[in-house]
Amino acid sequence: MKIVVCVKQVPDTKGGVQFNPDGTLNRAAMLTIMNPDDKAGLEAALRLKDQYGAEVTVVTMGLPKAEEVLREAIAMGADKGILVTDRVLGGADTWATSTTLAGALRNLEYDLIITGRQAIDGDTAQVGPQISEHLDIPVISYAQEIKVDGDSVVVKRQYDDRYHMVKAKMPCLITALAELNEPRYMTPGGIFDAYDAEITVWGRADLKDIDDSNLGLKGSPTKIAKASDKVRKGAGEKVTPDSPDEAAKLVVDKLLAKHII
Amino acid sequence: MDFGLSKKHEMAQGLFREFAEKEVKPLAQEVDETEKFPRETVDKMAKAGFLGIPVPKEFGGQGCDPLTYVMCVEELSKVCGTTGVIVSAHTSLCVDPIQTYGTPEQKAKYLPDLASGKKLGAFGLTEPGAGTDAQGQQTKAVLDEATNEWVLNGSKCFITNGKEADVYIVIAVTGKVEKRGKTMKEISAFIVEKGTPGFTFGTKENKMGIRGSSTYELIFTDCRIPAENLLGQKGKGFNIAMHTLDGGRIGIAAQALGLAEGALETTINYVKERKQFGRSIAQFQNTQFVLADLATKVEAAKLLVYKAAMKKAEYQANPKVSYSVEAAMAKLAAAEIAMEVTTKCVQLHGGYGYIREYDVERMMRDAKITEIYEGTSEVQRMVISANIMK
Repeated sequence: MKIVVCVKQVPDTKGGVQFNPDGTLNRAAMLTIMNPDDKAGLEAALRLKDQYGAEVTVVTMGLPKAEEVLREAIAMGADKGILVTDRVLGGADTWATSTTLAGALRNLEYDLIITGRQAIDGDTAQVGPQISEHLDIPVISYAQEIKVDGDSVVVKRQYDDRYHMVKAKMPCLITALAELNEPRYMTPGGIFDAYDAEITVWGRADLKDIDDSNLGLKGSPTKIAKASDKVRKGAGEKVTPDSPDEAAKLVVDKLLAKHII
Repeated sequence: MDFGLSKKHEMAQGLFREFAEKEVKPLAQEVDETEKFPRETVDKMAKAGFLGIPVPKEFGGQGCDPLTYVMCVEELSKVCGTTGVIVSAHTSLCVDPIQTYGTPEQKAKYLPDLASGKKLGAFGLTEPGAGTDAQGQQTKAVLDEATNEWVLNGSKCFITNGKEADVYIVIAVTGKVEKRGKTMKEISAFIVEKGTPGFTFGTKENKMGIRGSSTYELIFTDCRIPAENLLGQKGKGFNIAMHTLDGGRIGIAAQALGLAEGALETTINYVKERKQFGRSIAQFQNTQFVLADLATKVEAAKLLVYKAAMKKAEYQANPKVSYSVEAAMAKLAAAEIAMEVTTKCVQLHGGYGYIREYDVERMMRDAKITEIYEGTSEVQRMVISANIMK
């Protein structure tokens, strides 16, 4: 089986976030980590590799510095890393990013593509499903559990209050949740191997079947009106009413008091 | 001369730090308080490859250099001295001598399980009457030619990983030799497996520090081991033990360094929060000057420890190189600095520093042993002076 995992290098939110004057993130100035949902996706791929045997290729798009997440992925057990980097790709929104990644993925053989549900810097959850549209393959998002059944995958798809069991024929794309698993640690020997490994670097010229008008800042329909660091939510108020009726009344009173209803 | 870490060493350091913070730190106080050997942590370390860091890949190890191993012990010890010494004793005192002196059969038999952490290692040299004076050994090994077995009798004390280990390097007297007109004990090294009939454990030591580490007496009563378990040549046991301790000292130096760094980091955070006379104690010049001195000493220790590790790497490429003095200097400096740093960090904590809940209290107790085991500070001075005045 061939699995491709798309990962993103994101700012380590513990280190604070910095912006450029145009509202985009100043990625060069920040401490970075592998996006947590993507890391869970990678772990899921590595578990499939352990269980069924698979070749795991990791792809990222970003600055040259983003090769660090590829080395981290190899140190965890991935087989190959591909960095997609080019000046013309800078400032991409989800549309331009998914177009770019699809252009890279068209060069690869795959049975399964795994992406994280969403990145902690943009929080859009759009790139994974968009890639599947570009490649015309099925997508199952919000995977909580992944199993292989012959030439199909069976995925437990998470909702707020329930889950669905969804089966799809491979090749297909799955978006993973950080809750999917506890990612393994890198091994010291894996780190040494990762730094001996060659990272494949692709630029614009290596992307297949895409139009320049869909790339980079120019190809991004999203315009950022305003960007800000996360606003911390208050602790809220905890109440323990005695009956459902009382609970309903409490909620209704609050909503009335705030003139919401 | 480059003092910066390579990218891969930086990443490895990040890995050890993350593991130590997530898996080791939360248990450190409980491990100390209850003297519970942290078996679950050891299993997790085995899975992450931490128990075979400097072992070649062909033997199931990680294939990394001594510096990576040293950084692992350092980062673990920053948050828990017990966990640091478990890795150090296993790697430096059991895996290393088998790797260095073992026959191809011994390496094939023991290294994969030790390097993967499936089995844990220990080393027995010290006896009630033979610590620094290794010639004072009483444990005897006699070859029974009829069965082609060595028969061990005697005991070893203060053995780290004592009851928890599976494979033990045991030093014993195998006869007498004439050396420069004097009759000396002939000393040899052996590999002994747990479960061998006649091999039992004595009392568990109740210690001042590194309390989660399993420190036991090993007792051998007509303990028969196969002849092929002789490690290295017969009569070379003293050299094997001394060379093994050279490597072990780098591990203990790394443990001491970690304890000093851990205490310093904790104290820097504490003095910023602790208020007296209406301001944080970090604003007092005494605090600032004490911390400046301690940080300088910790940095000096770090350079010596890392240099000793680099020297050992040089030795691995060229066995004519000796790292004995570098290891002794690193251990001497790091251990004494760890003791000074942890003691002064307790002082900066005031009354709270004397309370069990505060990490520096444990760190000070843990630090003391680094001046004693695997060669006391006095022995390090003997090694260094013998070398600079020859």
